[in-house]
Amino acid sequence: MLTLLVNGHSHTVTADPATPLLWVIREQLGLTGTKFGCGIAQCGACTVHLDGAPVRACVTPLSSVAGRAVTTIEGIAAPDGELHPVQQAWIAEQAPQCGYCQSGQIMSAVALLNTNAAPTDSDIDEAMRGNICRCGMYNRMRRAIHRAATANPVMQFDPAAEVTHG
Amino acid sequence: MGKWTRRGLITAGVVTGGALIVGVAIRPGHRAPTLAPLVAGDDEVLLNAWVKIGADNHVTAIIPHAEMGQGVHTSLAQMLADELDADWSLVSMLEAPAHEEFANYALGKGFILGNVEVPSVLVGTIDGAFLTLTQTMNLQITGGSTSVRATGVHGMRVAGAAARQMLLEAAATAWNVPVTELRAANSQISHASSERTAPYSQFAAAAGAVAPPSKPVLKTQDQFTVMGVSKQRFDIPAKVNGSAKFGVDAEVEGMKYAAVKSSPVFGGTVARIDSAAAEAMAGVLKVVDLGTAVAVVADGYWQAQQALNRVNIQWNDSHASSATQASVFAQFGRDMDAAVRDGSGSVDVSRGDVDSAMSAAAQVIEAEYRVPYLAHACMEPLNATAWVHENVCEVWTGTQNPLGFRADVAKAMDLEDAQVTINNYYLGGGFGRRAQSDYVVQAARLSKTVGKPVKLIWSREEDIQQDNYRPAVVSRFKGALDADGHPMAWTNQYVDKHEPAEAPHIPYAIRSQYIHYADSPTHVRFGPWRSVDHSQHGFFTESFVDELAVAAQKDPFEFRRDLLTDVPRQRAVLELAAEKAGWGAKLPPNWGRGIALQESFGTIVAQVVDVEVADGKVRVDRVVCAVDPGFAVSPDGLTAQMESGIIYGLTAALYGEISIEAGAVIQSNFHDYPMVRMDEAPRIDTYIINSGAPMGGAGEPGTPGIAPALANAVYAATGTRIRELPVKKYDLKFSINETEEMG
Repeated sequence: MLTLLVNGHSHTVTADPATPLLWVIREQLGLTGTKFGCGIAQCGACTVHLDGAPVRACVTPLSSVAGRAVTTIEGIAAPDGELHPVQQAWIAEQAPQCGYCQSGQIMSAVALLNTNAAPTDSDIDEAMRGNICRCGMYNRMRRAIHRAATANPVMQFDPAAEVTHG
Repeated sequence: MGKWTRRGLITAGVVTGGALIVGVAIRPGHRAPTLAPLVAGDDEVLLNAWVKIGADNHVTAIIPHAEMGQGVHTSLAQMLADELDADWSLVSMLEAPAHEEFANYALGKGFILGNVEVPSVLVGTIDGAFLTLTQTMNLQITGGSTSVRATGVHGMRVAGAAARQMLLEAAATAWNVPVTELRAANSQISHASSERTAPYSQFAAAAGAVAPPSKPVLKTQDQFTVMGVSKQRFDIPAKVNGSAKFGVDAEVEGMKYAAVKSSPVFGGTVARIDSAAAEAMAGVLKVVDLGTAVAVVADGYWQAQQALNRVNIQWNDSHASSATQASVFAQFGRDMDAAVRDGSGSVDVSRGDVDSAMSAAAQVIEAEYRVPYLAHACMEPLNATAWVHENVCEVWTGTQNPLGFRADVAKAMDLEDAQVTINNYYLGGGFGRRAQSDYVVQAARLSKTVGKPVKLIWSREEDIQQDNYRPAVVSRFKGALDADGHPMAWTNQYVDKHEPAEAPHIPYAIRSQYIHYADSPTHVRFGPWRSVDHSQHGFFTESFVDELAVAAQKDPFEFRRDLLTDVPRQRAVLELAAEKAGWGAKLPPNWGRGIALQESFGTIVAQVVDVEVADGKVRVDRVVCAVDPGFAVSPDGLTAQMESGIIYGLTAALYGEISIEAGAVIQSNFHDYPMVRMDEAPRIDTYIINSGAPMGGAGEPGTPGIAPALANAVYAATGTRIRELPVKKYDLKFSINETEEMG
């Protein structure tokens, strides 16, 4: 029995303490936004925040997260549902394609902006190079990070809107 | 399916195949009633298989294709909505269920009529029905960049136009006015002289009884209002908050998890397993011998994977267990030599008199190229959840070929097709891999064995080592130049022809050409990989053209342009790419600029790549991409596909290599099968030409040109000609810039 604090909620889980956090939050908590990609911390699809810092959940044993705050992609929007500025910028730039890596990408971007409000391109490279996107949407994600950082007007999803790149 | 009529909407011109081509997809009262329970609510009328209109006037486009990020759920809805004159804010989409009624007849029509090439490897799982045109079609494929140009053009647009016409006729009857006095716009029908306006939904029921038009009038390009506009994609909001459901996210009550390991040597079988240690582990349900693979079913995936690592497996030696990458390439060379020697090869293109041209040439240039096997490495590892119970099999997965998968599962589980249900989810990448059903059949067998729903997830290692690979190819060239540097002859021999047939062909006006190939099968499984054969031949032909330009002491862009006399679209695309890239401008030291041109899947793409080579390291600075898809339904969507295809091809060109040792794949995960990451991603500028030619594909045509444009840029920077991919195989630290020497 172990108590986990995920997205502000406390959960009691039963699992081998060596189990990676990824499988616990997906299979036991039902939070499937965090993805399995490689299992060896090479692709970043499983990125979550541990006390605000990005970690790869696929290699983070359950035993190491007791008493610490875990944030997943499901936990970054405002309580009223308003999307995080990074999520809004992602929509404005039409950044995802297949979308599978995007939870991890967004978590890495949010962590970057939490510590660096105006990142340069090389700051972005450094923060994001741990996240692979096989659809190759790197330029759009870079633009989205700059857009979120500079607080350009961002859009919620609007089916009537046309795409405008910043 | 014997009883069908050809009077339907999209059947005109179809010459054979009976059940294959059916306009009845748009025929209410015939096929629609069997479809209605699947997609229509009680208050809705199903006008045809591709559109429904609700009582709230909401239009649902029913899309027979999988969404894997190519934006097809949105672009196809745009095509339908435009012809329907629908209010876009009232339009949404629904992916068609895996059901014969939704089989992709438009795709079949495109194939039969010869204006769309569907890679035959994509449909290899359908018992050859597609090729023989004699069987019931199980065709609902997403691949071959066919969605817009086949389903969109022959299906969605026609469906939208027909539905609009039927609504107008129903309104004319209801209001007792001539249909010619009615106007349709924004999902409303209006009659000016009586000042009446009503929503489409008011006429939906009556329209359902109207005989569909045999030839609905389609709009011309200048009349488009929704097509040609960059609409926001329907699927993106769910992809930024974690709510998008991929196959791996499927949840079925009571499901168990499974991990699997197949014989590392393709074709190998399980000799014996010692599973005692694994079965004693907590949470483990069963260790299953699948014949060519071993799986563990457990309460959780981690437990299954840990237990699988503890199973001691001995594999039967396969005849292929001595194969190496070197032996594969050596075999290719031997088979190519033999084909020349004994005339056993097959001819692709033969025109003019190659031998005379070679004899009379001022220069003959020869080169041999090769490319390795490549894995798809979709971000979402292959997975499927299956539940075999009470003589049915339900499957939850992501697939490019739901109906084919259904047929494969039915066959493997000894069930009728109707006893198998495929629930398709978003695909975390497909690139051709999710057109093949091996992983789904495994999941079904595991579920049957343990009597419970089972979610099988392949490890990344399994994904890399058990792929159906982009084939490795060797390609040999000989080119003849006359004294003015004009190419007189082109010969090319390569191994193994797949699809599309024209991939090795060149657009250049070279009088004598002889293109032929030798068969050289290996034990390595292969399958379609983004852009299929264009991914290899684009690199080969566009690199060798560059070699000819250098030998002729001509500018590589001008050399190509002057040979595009018969193909103005190609010439315009090439010129636009060169112009936008500032071709001819002086570059800094150690920089190089390369160009390449490739038509594939009906779309023409030219790319100009700028590289800097410093300390032997290639840095790609910028890619300028010019593309003529005929017409871009969604300009931003097409741009995104070009960016995506370029990065996918750039990863392959710089790093991509699957190699064989002792019959098995060496690479296993992203540490030894590396990807281009954000810090290496070049700026990409895409320019679109809407030439008005028939619409081409988008998902694949961005990929073929990047490798040769990159290799040609590396040559320009270093004087080293890249004749083998990936580029990382070359030591570029000590290069001599031959171009400068040649002055």
